[in-house]
Amino acid sequence: MLDKEGIARRIAKEIQDGYYVNLGIGIPTLVANYIPSNLEVVLQSENGLLGMGPFPIEGEEDADLINAGKQTITTLPGSSIFDSAMSFGMIRSQKIDLTILGAMEVSENGDIANWKIPGKMVKGMGGAMDLVASAKNIIVAMQHINKAGESKLLPKCTLPLTGVNCIKKVVTELAVLDILPEGGFKLIERAPGVGVDYIKAATLGKLFAADDVPEMQLN
Amino acid sequence: MINKVVSGADEAIRDIEDGMTLMLGGFGLCGIPENCINALIRKGAKELTCISNNAGVDDFGIGLLLQTRQVKKMISSYVGENSEFERQLLSGELEVELIPQGTLATRCMAAGYGMPAIFTPAGVGTEVAEGKETRIFNGKEYLMEYAFDADFALVKAWKGDTAGNLIFRSTSRNFNPVMATAGRITVAEVEHLVEAGELDPDQIHTPGVFVHRIFQGTDYEKRIEKRTVRQKES
Repeated sequence: MLDKEGIARRIAKEIQDGYYVNLGIGIPTLVANYIPSNLEVVLQSENGLLGMGPFPIEGEEDADLINAGKQTITTLPGSSIFDSAMSFGMIRSQKIDLTILGAMEVSENGDIANWKIPGKMVKGMGGAMDLVASAKNIIVAMQHINKAGESKLLPKCTLPLTGVNCIKKVVTELAVLDILPEGGFKLIERAPGVGVDYIKAATLGKLFAADDVPEMQLN
Repeated sequence: MINKVVSGADEAIRDIEDGMTLMLGGFGLCGIPENCINALIRKGAKELTCISNNAGVDDFGIGLLLQTRQVKKMISSYVGENSEFERQLLSGELEVELIPQGTLATRCMAAGYGMPAIFTPAGVGTEVAEGKETRIFNGKEYLMEYAFDADFALVKAWKGDTAGNLIFRSTSRNFNPVMATAGRITVAEVEHLVEAGELDPDQIHTPGVFVHRIFQGTDYEKRIEKRTVRQKES
Protein backbone atom coordinates (compact mmCIF):
# COMPACT_ATOMS: atom_id res chain seq x y z
CA MET A 1 0.00 0.00 0.00
CA LEU A 2 1.27 3.45 -0.89
CA ASP A 3 1.31 6.62 1.15
CA LYS A 4 0.54 9.98 -0.46
CA GLU A 5 4.16 10.44 -1.50
CA GLY A 6 4.04 7.01 -3.14
CA ILE A 7 0.96 7.95 -5.15
CA ALA A 8 2.73 11.13 -6.25
CA ARG A 9 5.87 9.15 -7.21
CA ARG A 10 3.85 6.73 -9.33
CA ILE A 11 1.99 9.53 -11.12
CA ALA A 12 5.25 11.34 -11.85
CA LYS A 13 6.15 8.40 -14.10
CA GLU A 14 3.28 9.41 -16.43
CA ILE A 15 4.90 12.76 -17.17
CA GLN A 16 6.83 12.93 -20.42
CA ASP A 17 9.55 15.22 -21.68
CA GLY A 18 8.13 18.45 -23.08
CA TYR A 19 4.84 18.29 -21.20
CA TYR A 20 2.93 21.29 -19.90
CA VAL A 21 1.23 20.04 -16.73
CA ASN A 22 -1.43 21.42 -14.40
CA LEU A 23 -1.26 20.07 -10.85
CA GLY A 24 -4.26 20.37 -8.54
CA ILE A 25 -4.23 20.88 -4.79
CA GLY A 26 -3.36 18.02 -2.40
CA ILE A 27 -1.54 14.88 -3.58
CA PRO A 28 -1.13 16.30 -7.12
CA THR A 29 1.02 19.13 -5.73
CA LEU A 30 3.47 16.51 -4.40
CA VAL A 31 3.99 15.14 -7.92
CA ALA A 32 6.25 18.11 -8.70
CA ASN A 33 8.82 16.72 -6.26
CA TYR A 34 9.21 13.49 -8.26
CA ILE A 35 9.52 14.70 -11.85
CA PRO A 36 12.88 13.38 -13.09
CA SER A 37 15.37 16.22 -13.47
CA ASN A 38 16.34 15.12 -16.98
CA LEU A 39 12.84 15.97 -18.28
CA GLU A 40 11.84 19.44 -19.47
CA VAL A 41 8.43 19.92 -17.88
CA VAL A 42 6.54 23.20 -17.41
CA LEU A 43 4.02 23.47 -14.59
CA GLN A 44 0.98 25.65 -15.12
CA SER A 45 -0.76 27.37 -12.25
CA GLU A 46 -4.20 28.47 -13.43
CA ASN A 47 -4.14 31.77 -11.56
CA GLY A 48 -1.78 32.86 -14.31
CA LEU A 49 1.70 31.33 -14.40
CA LEU A 50 3.60 28.94 -16.63
CA GLY A 51 6.89 27.71 -15.23
CA MET A 52 6.11 27.40 -11.54
CA GLY A 53 9.25 27.01 -9.45
CA PRO A 54 9.77 25.75 -5.89
CA PHE A 55 8.70 27.57 -2.73
CA PRO A 56 10.82 30.66 -2.07
CA ILE A 57 13.72 30.62 0.34
CA GLU A 58 12.60 31.98 3.70
CA GLY A 59 12.63 35.77 3.62
CA GLU A 60 12.16 35.96 -0.14
CA GLU A 61 8.37 35.42 -0.22
CA ASP A 62 6.53 37.75 -2.58
CA ALA A 63 2.85 38.47 -1.86
CA ASP A 64 2.33 39.05 -5.60
CA LEU A 65 3.64 35.61 -6.58
CA ILE A 66 1.42 32.70 -5.58
CA ASN A 67 0.12 29.48 -7.09
CA ALA A 68 -3.47 28.29 -7.50
CA GLY A 69 -3.36 26.95 -3.94
CA LYS A 70 -2.50 30.50 -2.75
CA GLN A 71 0.96 29.36 -1.64
CA THR A 72 3.98 31.60 -2.13
CA ILE A 73 6.13 30.23 -4.96
CA THR A 74 8.87 31.31 -7.38
CA THR A 75 9.29 31.58 -11.13
CA LEU A 76 11.93 29.81 -13.21
CA PRO A 77 13.98 30.95 -16.21
CA GLY A 78 11.49 30.97 -19.09
CA SER A 79 8.43 31.52 -16.92
CA SER A 80 5.54 33.65 -18.13
CA ILE A 81 2.68 35.44 -16.40
CA PHE A 82 -0.77 36.07 -17.88
CA ASP A 83 -4.31 36.96 -16.90
CA SER A 84 -7.09 34.57 -15.89
CA ALA A 85 -8.89 34.65 -19.26
CA MET A 86 -5.73 33.66 -21.11
CA SER A 87 -4.97 31.02 -18.50
CA PHE A 88 -8.26 29.25 -19.14
CA GLY A 89 -7.88 29.92 -22.85
CA MET A 90 -4.78 27.73 -22.92
CA ILE A 91 -6.63 25.10 -20.88
CA ARG A 92 -9.72 25.11 -23.12
CA SER A 93 -7.65 25.00 -26.31
CA GLN A 94 -5.75 21.98 -24.96
CA LYS A 95 -2.30 23.52 -24.81
CA ILE A 96 -1.86 21.81 -21.44
CA ASP A 97 -0.82 18.18 -21.99
CA LEU A 98 -1.72 16.68 -18.66
CA THR A 99 -3.99 17.56 -15.74
CA ILE A 100 -3.60 15.84 -12.38
CA LEU A 101 -6.24 16.43 -9.74
CA GLY A 102 -7.81 14.99 -6.63
CA ALA A 103 -11.33 13.60 -6.33
CA MET A 104 -13.95 12.53 -3.81
CA GLU A 105 -15.52 10.06 -6.24
CA VAL A 106 -14.82 8.68 -9.72
CA SER A 107 -17.28 6.56 -11.66
CA GLU A 108 -16.66 3.66 -14.02
CA ASN A 109 -17.59 5.84 -17.01
CA GLY A 110 -15.05 8.52 -16.08
CA ASP A 111 -17.29 10.99 -14.24
CA ILE A 112 -15.66 12.88 -11.39
CA ALA A 113 -17.03 14.58 -8.26
CA ASN A 114 -14.70 16.78 -6.25
CA TRP A 115 -16.24 20.14 -5.46
CA LYS A 116 -19.27 19.94 -3.22
CA ILE A 117 -20.90 17.93 -0.44
CA PRO A 118 -24.50 19.18 -0.29
CA GLY A 119 -25.37 20.75 3.06
CA LYS A 120 -21.84 20.22 4.39
CA MET A 121 -19.05 21.63 2.34
CA VAL A 122 -19.43 24.76 0.26
CA LYS A 123 -16.12 25.66 -1.25
CA GLY A 124 -16.66 25.80 -4.98
CA MET A 125 -15.12 24.23 -8.03
CA GLY A 126 -12.38 26.76 -8.74
CA GLY A 127 -10.83 25.80 -12.05
CA ALA A 128 -11.62 22.08 -11.78
CA MET A 129 -14.69 22.11 -14.05
CA ASP A 130 -12.83 23.98 -16.76
CA LEU A 131 -9.87 21.61 -16.50
CA VAL A 132 -11.84 18.36 -16.65
CA ALA A 133 -14.10 19.62 -19.46
CA SER A 134 -11.20 20.46 -21.74
CA ALA A 135 -8.04 18.56 -20.81
CA LYS A 136 -7.03 15.81 -23.20
CA ASN A 137 -5.39 13.71 -20.51
CA ILE A 138 -6.57 13.70 -16.90
CA ILE A 139 -5.19 11.57 -14.08
CA VAL A 140 -6.95 11.45 -10.72
CA ALA A 141 -4.82 11.07 -7.61
CA MET A 142 -6.83 9.96 -4.61
CA GLN A 143 -7.38 7.46 -1.84
CA HIS A 144 -9.18 4.31 -3.00
CA ILE A 145 -11.38 4.29 0.11
CA ASN A 146 -12.81 7.27 2.01
CA LYS A 147 -12.55 7.91 5.73
CA ALA A 148 -15.84 6.06 6.30
CA GLY A 149 -14.34 2.96 4.68
CA GLU A 150 -16.37 3.26 1.47
CA SER A 151 -15.03 2.82 -2.04
CA LYS A 152 -14.48 6.03 -4.02
CA LEU A 153 -14.46 4.12 -7.33
CA LEU A 154 -18.14 3.74 -8.04
CA PRO A 155 -20.62 2.58 -10.69
CA LYS A 156 -22.08 6.11 -10.55
CA CYS A 157 -21.05 9.17 -8.53
CA THR A 158 -23.35 10.10 -5.66
CA LEU A 159 -21.99 13.64 -5.12
CA PRO A 160 -22.58 16.59 -7.48
CA LEU A 161 -20.45 16.11 -10.58
CA THR A 162 -17.47 18.19 -11.62
CA GLY A 163 -17.34 16.67 -15.10
CA VAL A 164 -18.69 13.75 -17.09
CA ASN A 165 -16.90 11.03 -19.00
CA CYS A 166 -13.52 12.74 -18.73
CA ILE A 167 -11.18 10.78 -16.44
CA LYS A 168 -8.76 8.41 -18.16
CA LYS A 169 -6.65 7.11 -15.30
CA VAL A 170 -6.82 6.82 -11.51
CA VAL A 171 -3.86 6.27 -9.19
CA THR A 172 -4.63 5.32 -5.59
CA GLU A 173 -2.76 3.87 -2.63
CA LEU A 174 -3.76 0.43 -3.93
CA ALA A 175 -3.60 0.52 -7.70
CA VAL A 176 -3.27 2.14 -11.08
CA LEU A 177 -6.50 1.83 -13.05
CA ASP A 178 -7.45 2.93 -16.54
CA ILE A 179 -11.03 3.86 -17.32
CA LEU A 180 -12.09 2.02 -20.46
CA PRO A 181 -13.83 3.98 -23.24
CA GLU A 182 -16.75 1.53 -23.03
CA GLY A 183 -16.88 1.94 -19.22
CA GLY A 184 -15.29 0.11 -16.31
CA PHE A 185 -12.03 0.29 -14.39
CA LYS A 186 -9.19 -1.79 -15.78
CA LEU A 187 -6.59 -2.77 -13.21
CA ILE A 188 -3.18 -1.95 -14.67
CA GLU A 189 -0.86 -2.21 -11.67
CA ARG A 190 -1.03 -3.22 -8.02
CA ALA A 191 0.68 -1.28 -5.24
CA PRO A 192 3.53 -3.21 -3.62
CA GLY A 193 2.16 -5.94 -1.37
CA VAL A 194 -1.48 -5.45 -2.40
CA GLY A 195 -3.36 -8.41 -3.91
CA VAL A 196 -5.89 -8.31 -6.75
CA ASP A 197 -8.67 -9.60 -4.47
CA TYR A 198 -8.07 -6.75 -2.04
CA ILE A 199 -8.39 -4.22 -4.87
CA LYS A 200 -11.53 -5.95 -6.13
CA ALA A 201 -13.09 -5.70 -2.69
CA ALA A 202 -12.20 -2.00 -2.46
CA THR A 203 -13.69 -1.13 -5.86
CA LEU A 204 -17.45 -0.78 -6.09
CA GLY A 205 -17.51 0.08 -9.81
CA LYS A 206 -17.08 -2.53 -12.53
CA LEU A 207 -13.49 -3.79 -12.38
CA PHE A 208 -11.63 -5.73 -15.03
CA ALA A 209 -8.58 -7.48 -13.63
CA ALA A 210 -6.36 -10.10 -15.19
CA ASP A 211 -5.17 -12.95 -12.97
CA ASP A 212 -1.66 -11.69 -13.17
CA VAL A 213 -1.42 -7.94 -12.63
CA PRO A 214 2.08 -6.44 -12.38
CA GLU A 215 3.25 -4.65 -9.28
CA MET A 216 4.05 -0.93 -9.54
CA GLN A 217 7.66 0.02 -10.10
CA LEU A 218 8.52 3.17 -8.21
CA ASN A 219 11.77 4.83 -9.10
CA MET B 1 -3.99 62.83 -22.70
CA ILE B 2 -7.29 62.61 -20.87
CA ASN B 3 -6.60 62.80 -17.18
CA LYS B 4 -8.31 60.01 -15.18
CA VAL B 5 -6.82 60.79 -11.79
CA VAL B 6 -9.05 61.15 -8.74
CA SER B 7 -7.95 62.07 -5.23
CA GLY B 8 -8.37 58.65 -3.66
CA ALA B 9 -10.60 55.67 -3.02
CA ASP B 10 -13.47 57.62 -1.47
CA GLU B 11 -13.82 59.86 -4.51
CA ALA B 12 -13.33 56.93 -6.88
CA ILE B 13 -16.26 54.95 -5.46
CA ARG B 14 -18.43 57.94 -4.44
CA ASP B 15 -21.37 56.88 -6.64
CA ILE B 16 -21.52 53.19 -5.79
CA GLU B 17 -25.12 52.81 -4.63
CA ASP B 18 -27.05 50.16 -2.74
CA GLY B 19 -27.92 47.16 -4.92
CA MET B 20 -25.19 47.66 -7.50
CA THR B 21 -23.12 44.90 -9.11
CA LEU B 22 -19.36 45.15 -8.65
CA MET B 23 -16.42 43.23 -10.07
CA LEU B 24 -13.45 42.98 -7.73
CA GLY B 25 -10.08 41.85 -9.06
CA GLY B 26 -7.71 39.50 -7.30
CA PHE B 27 -7.09 35.82 -6.73
CA GLY B 28 -7.25 34.86 -3.08
CA LEU B 29 -5.76 37.90 -1.36
CA CYS B 30 -3.31 38.49 -4.22
CA GLY B 31 -3.97 41.65 -6.23
CA ILE B 32 -7.16 42.69 -4.46
CA PRO B 33 -8.28 46.36 -4.48
CA GLU B 34 -7.60 46.92 -0.76
CA ASN B 35 -8.19 50.69 -0.82
CA CYS B 36 -11.53 50.40 -2.64
CA ILE B 37 -12.76 47.71 -0.24
CA ASN B 38 -11.95 49.91 2.75
CA ALA B 39 -13.68 52.87 1.08
CA LEU B 40 -16.77 50.72 0.44
CA ILE B 41 -16.94 49.93 4.14
CA ARG B 42 -16.70 53.66 4.95
CA LYS B 43 -19.42 54.45 2.42
CA GLY B 44 -21.63 51.62 3.63
CA ALA B 45 -23.30 50.76 0.32
CA LYS B 46 -25.44 47.67 0.88
CA GLU B 47 -27.15 44.86 -1.00
CA LEU B 48 -24.14 44.57 -3.28
CA THR B 49 -23.62 41.80 -5.78
CA CYS B 50 -19.90 41.05 -5.90
CA ILE B 51 -18.28 39.22 -8.80
CA SER B 52 -14.92 38.02 -7.54
CA ASN B 53 -13.08 34.74 -7.83
CA ASN B 54 -12.85 34.41 -4.04
CA ALA B 55 -14.46 36.00 -1.02
CA GLY B 56 -11.34 36.89 0.92
CA VAL B 57 -10.70 35.57 4.41
CA ASP B 58 -12.67 36.37 7.55
CA ASP B 59 -10.78 39.55 8.39
CA PHE B 60 -9.35 40.73 5.07
CA GLY B 61 -10.45 41.41 1.52
CA ILE B 62 -14.10 40.84 0.68
CA GLY B 63 -14.41 39.09 4.04
CA LEU B 64 -14.55 42.59 5.55
CA LEU B 65 -17.62 43.44 3.42
CA LEU B 66 -19.27 40.21 4.57
CA GLN B 67 -18.67 41.13 8.21
CA THR B 68 -20.46 44.44 7.67
CA ARG B 69 -23.30 42.62 5.83
CA GLN B 70 -22.93 44.77 2.73
CA VAL B 71 -23.02 41.85 0.33
CA LYS B 72 -26.29 40.37 -0.87
CA LYS B 73 -24.83 38.00 -3.42
CA MET B 74 -21.42 36.61 -4.33
CA ILE B 75 -20.56 35.25 -7.76
CA SER B 76 -17.33 33.31 -7.27
CA SER B 77 -15.53 30.10 -8.17
CA TYR B 78 -13.96 29.22 -4.82
CA VAL B 79 -14.87 30.43 -1.37
CA GLY B 80 -13.20 27.81 0.81
CA GLU B 81 -11.05 30.13 2.93
CA ASN B 82 -13.82 32.09 4.61
CA SER B 83 -15.80 30.65 7.51
CA GLU B 84 -18.04 33.74 7.86
CA PHE B 85 -18.97 33.27 4.21
CA GLU B 86 -19.84 29.62 4.79
CA ARG B 87 -21.89 30.53 7.86
CA GLN B 88 -23.90 33.25 6.05
CA LEU B 89 -24.45 30.94 3.12
CA LEU B 90 -25.65 27.94 5.10
CA SER B 91 -27.95 30.19 7.17
CA GLY B 92 -29.43 31.71 4.02
CA GLU B 93 -28.28 35.30 4.73
CA LEU B 94 -26.10 35.35 1.65
CA GLU B 95 -26.87 34.30 -1.90
CA VAL B 96 -24.06 32.65 -3.80
CA GLU B 97 -23.58 31.57 -7.36
CA LEU B 98 -20.58 29.29 -7.73
CA ILE B 99 -19.31 29.12 -11.29
CA PRO B 100 -16.20 27.64 -12.89
CA GLN B 101 -13.14 29.89 -12.69
CA GLY B 102 -12.59 29.95 -16.43
CA THR B 103 -16.25 30.75 -17.00
CA LEU B 104 -15.96 33.64 -14.54
CA ALA B 105 -12.92 35.04 -16.35
CA THR B 106 -14.43 34.59 -19.77
CA ARG B 107 -17.77 36.18 -18.84
CA CYS B 108 -15.74 39.23 -17.76
CA MET B 109 -13.77 39.10 -20.98
CA ALA B 110 -16.94 38.87 -23.05
CA ALA B 111 -18.27 42.03 -21.37
CA GLY B 112 -15.05 43.90 -22.09
CA TYR B 113 -14.84 42.66 -25.66
CA GLY B 114 -18.43 43.54 -26.53
CA MET B 115 -19.67 39.97 -26.90
CA PRO B 116 -23.04 39.12 -25.32
CA ALA B 117 -22.24 35.48 -24.59
CA ILE B 118 -19.63 32.76 -24.91
CA PHE B 119 -19.71 28.97 -25.22
CA THR B 120 -17.70 26.80 -22.87
CA PRO B 121 -17.59 23.07 -22.12
CA ALA B 122 -17.00 23.75 -18.40
CA GLY B 123 -19.92 22.44 -16.36
CA VAL B 124 -21.62 20.39 -19.08
CA GLY B 125 -23.47 17.51 -17.41
CA THR B 126 -23.23 19.12 -13.94
CA GLU B 127 -25.57 21.28 -11.87
CA VAL B 128 -23.83 24.35 -13.34
CA ALA B 129 -25.58 23.50 -16.63
CA GLU B 130 -29.09 23.53 -15.15
CA GLY B 131 -31.39 25.84 -17.10
CA LYS B 132 -28.70 26.89 -19.55
CA GLU B 133 -28.87 26.78 -23.31
CA THR B 134 -26.46 24.31 -24.89
CA ARG B 135 -25.08 23.89 -28.38
CA ILE B 136 -23.12 21.13 -30.07
CA PHE B 137 -20.02 22.20 -32.00
CA ASN B 138 -17.94 19.53 -33.77
CA GLY B 139 -19.67 16.82 -31.78
CA LYS B 140 -18.97 18.35 -28.35
CA GLU B 141 -21.51 20.00 -26.07
CA TYR B 142 -21.04 23.56 -24.82
CA LEU B 143 -22.93 25.81 -22.41
CA MET B 144 -23.91 29.31 -23.39
CA GLU B 145 -22.79 31.73 -20.69
CA TYR B 146 -23.70 35.41 -20.72
CA ALA B 147 -21.34 38.35 -20.44
CA PHE B 148 -21.47 39.97 -17.02
CA ASP B 149 -23.02 43.38 -16.64
CA ALA B 150 -21.27 45.18 -13.78
CA ASP B 151 -21.86 48.76 -12.67
CA PHE B 152 -18.29 49.03 -11.41
CA ALA B 153 -15.06 47.09 -11.81
CA LEU B 154 -12.58 47.68 -8.98
CA VAL B 155 -9.07 46.60 -9.89
CA LYS B 156 -5.60 46.86 -8.44
CA ALA B 157 -2.50 47.40 -10.56
CA TRP B 158 1.17 47.80 -9.78
CA LYS B 159 1.78 50.86 -11.92
CA GLY B 160 -0.57 53.19 -13.69
CA ASP B 161 -0.31 56.55 -15.39
CA THR B 162 -2.54 59.61 -15.36
CA ALA B 163 -4.13 58.44 -18.65
CA GLY B 164 -5.31 55.24 -16.93
CA ASN B 165 -2.85 52.85 -18.56
CA LEU B 166 -2.07 49.92 -16.27
CA ILE B 167 0.76 47.48 -15.67
CA PHE B 168 0.30 44.54 -13.33
CA ARG B 169 2.98 42.74 -11.39
CA SER B 170 3.52 38.98 -11.27
CA THR B 171 0.50 36.79 -10.46
CA SER B 172 -1.36 39.72 -8.92
CA ARG B 173 -2.42 40.28 -12.53
CA ASN B 174 -4.97 37.39 -12.42
CA PHE B 175 -8.52 38.74 -12.94
CA ASN B 176 -7.56 42.42 -12.80
CA PRO B 177 -6.95 43.19 -16.49
CA VAL B 178 -9.95 41.10 -17.52
CA MET B 179 -12.28 42.90 -15.13
CA ALA B 180 -10.74 46.27 -15.98
CA THR B 181 -12.16 45.94 -19.50
CA ALA B 182 -15.61 45.02 -18.21
CA GLY B 183 -17.00 47.63 -15.80
CA ARG B 184 -19.44 50.33 -16.85
CA ILE B 185 -17.13 52.36 -14.66
CA THR B 186 -13.68 50.92 -14.01
CA VAL B 187 -11.71 52.15 -11.01
CA ALA B 188 -8.02 51.33 -10.80
CA GLU B 189 -5.98 51.71 -7.64
CA VAL B 190 -2.24 51.53 -8.16
CA GLU B 191 0.88 51.18 -6.05
CA HIS B 192 2.74 53.66 -8.24
CA LEU B 193 0.96 56.44 -10.12
CA VAL B 194 3.13 58.16 -12.73
CA GLU B 195 2.68 60.85 -15.38
CA ALA B 196 1.45 59.85 -18.84
CA GLY B 197 4.52 59.18 -20.93
CA GLU B 198 6.52 57.52 -18.18
CA LEU B 199 5.30 53.99 -19.01
CA ASP B 200 6.54 52.24 -22.13
CA PRO B 201 3.49 51.80 -24.43
CA ASP B 202 4.75 48.35 -25.37
CA GLN B 203 4.53 47.21 -21.75
CA ILE B 204 0.96 48.33 -21.00
CA HIS B 205 -1.36 45.46 -20.02
CA THR B 206 -4.59 47.50 -19.86
CA PRO B 207 -5.01 50.50 -22.18
CA GLY B 208 -6.34 53.59 -20.43
CA VAL B 209 -9.48 53.67 -22.56
CA PHE B 210 -10.93 50.99 -20.27
CA VAL B 211 -10.14 52.88 -17.07
CA HIS B 212 -12.39 55.72 -15.93
CA ARG B 213 -10.78 56.63 -12.62
CA ILE B 214 -7.32 55.98 -11.25
CA PHE B 215 -5.71 56.84 -7.95
CA GLN B 216 -2.54 56.36 -5.96
CA GLY B 217 -3.32 53.67 -3.37
CA THR B 218 -1.98 53.89 0.18
CA ASP B 219 -1.07 51.61 3.10
CA TYR B 220 -1.04 48.34 1.18
CA GLU B 221 -0.96 45.35 3.49
CA LYS B 222 -0.63 42.76 0.69
CA ARG B 223 -1.32 39.96 3.11
CA ILE B 224 -0.01 36.49 2.23
CA GLU B 225 -2.67 33.80 2.58
CA LYS B 226 -0.39 30.75 2.68
CA ARG B 227 3.24 31.52 3.38
CA THR B 228 5.22 28.55 2.13
CA VAL B 229 9.03 28.58 2.12
CA ARG B 230 12.00 26.26 1.86
CA GLN B 231 15.26 26.37 3.73
CA LYS B 232 18.36 27.64 2.02
CA GLU B 233 20.35 24.71 0.67
CA SER B 234 23.74 24.50 2.29
